[in-house]
Amino acid sequence: MTLEARDRERWPAMTFEDLIGSTEFDVHDRPHIVVDGTVCRDCSTRDCVVACPAKLFVPTADGGILFNYEQCFECGTCYLVCNREGAISWSYPEGGFGVVFRRS
Amino acid sequence: MPEPTRYDAVVVGAGPAGAGAATVLARAGRRVLLLERGPFPGSKNMYGGVVYPRILDGLHPGWWDEAPIQRWVTRRSTMVLTETQAVTVDFRTAAWGRPPYNGATAYRPDFDHWLAGKAEADGAHLLCSTTVVGLLRDPDGRVVGVRTDRPDGEVRADVVIACDGVNSFCAKEAGLFGPVDSAHYTLGVKETLALPREVIDERFGVRGRDGVDIEIIGGTGDVNGGAFLYTNLDTVAVGVVLSLSKLAAQQRRPEEVIAALKTHPAIAPLVEGGEVKEYSAHVIPEAGLDMIPKLIADGLLVAGDAAALCLAAGIWLEGVNFALASGMYAGETAVEALAAGDTSTAGLAGYQRRLDATFVLRDHRKLRRAPKLVLSDRVQHLYPGLVANAVEAMFRVDNPRPKPGLRRILSAERKRAGVRRRDLVSDALSAWRTFG
Repeated sequence: MTLEARDRERWPAMTFEDLIGSTEFDVHDRPHIVVDGTVCRDCSTRDCVVACPAKLFVPTADGGILFNYEQCFECGTCYLVCNREGAISWSYPEGGFGVVFRRS
Repeated sequence: MPEPTRYDAVVVGAGPAGAGAATVLARAGRRVLLLERGPFPGSKNMYGGVVYPRILDGLHPGWWDEAPIQRWVTRRSTMVLTETQAVTVDFRTAAWGRPPYNGATAYRPDFDHWLAGKAEADGAHLLCSTTVVGLLRDPDGRVVGVRTDRPDGEVRADVVIACDGVNSFCAKEAGLFGPVDSAHYTLGVKETLALPREVIDERFGVRGRDGVDIEIIGGTGDVNGGAFLYTNLDTVAVGVVLSLSKLAAQQRRPEEVIAALKTHPAIAPLVEGGEVKEYSAHVIPEAGLDMIPKLIADGLLVAGDAAALCLAAGIWLEGVNFALASGMYAGETAVEALAAGDTSTAGLAGYQRRLDATFVLRDHRKLRRAPKLVLSDRVQHLYPGLVANAVEAMFRVDNPRPKPGLRRILSAERKRAGVRRRDLVSDALSAWRTFG
């Protein structure tokens, strides 16, 4: 068996959706992060797409960015890597909502 | 809002810093409100997995009998990885498995919940599910309370202690941070993998409540950073800490870096079969002393990650202890200032003195150069290969060729790794100055 085949056996294909599905989120109706796609249109680096650990920034065919706040770790990576003023309006979710890390 | 909405002190964030501050204030008989935006303390908090609680010896004597720890770290390994090799320095001591202990693995939602519960038991008012959305200031700019997202959610206090984490909007709103530089931050991502307790004992060579802390350099591929593997009772935590700028430059997704680490020949046998129980992420204030903001303003103190008090210095990775200590010192300072009736910047100056005189800022000053050195390209991408190849050459038996001497090996491997002699000498000197 090749190394790669063995790895596949050890780690049966896990989609990103499965991975983040292991985390608990209590989603509020109000998006706590708002992305202004018009500002993103002329951004060529798009560091948010690669850096967001929750993979919430998705490039669209027409050159924009599709953003979904629901499975957000509230970590701050996106606004830290973003170099476009005004592209990301960042705040914490309403009290009691958002990511809930597990107790043992 | 519990009545009344006027307090001696409001603490924003019920993590270790906030719980430490609130405990000290409550014990001094002060009316203190401890605000937490999560549904319970610790619910928003994530770290690699090891806490060093000795700072609690004074605050909560005998803490080890009640703290919700997973395992006591009695085995600590530092691992240098290349794609196919691993060099490990492995240390064990039975002493760290009995009081007063050293480090422990713990889940933050357990540990922080416990700590905040202690503050509550001492008389602090804990209010969860409450997000602070801004500071209240008087016309002179002095902080006089906080605005929360609750209806009629203004809380007034003589002093506000911001323990609101790495993104601290309180400290930023008060103008204590300069322009935010993303190079000062790293991203931590981790998978918590479920494995039966006896399998963990077997694989990691431990028994009972003994546990293992493995710090890894070279395990993050082309992205500068570090990696870790910790044992909990019936899970292992495997994760990486990544430079934000390198992540973007290399166009690598964080979860891919963990996935690659999990298939490394030295790591796979330890974690295979583990089912992902939780995937989590958090930003780390990585730059040490160079990024610490102003810590005091009129009516305001900043502690913990909010103050960037986090030691990410390669062989030392600590944060909760700095949060606890800075929170406690902020609490002490607030008690002193409240008694004197002066919570202005001048009245709160004792906070800076306390941090300067203790490990909180002494460790940061001593290790000022460490973050840059550890994350440098040579340490990240050239030295792991140099070290691993040198060890491989030393232990390789390829008779009939006679054994080469160590000096010849090192010289050959330095050249092969493309490291200039003068860079190696300068890095060695810099490492000695930093860690020596």
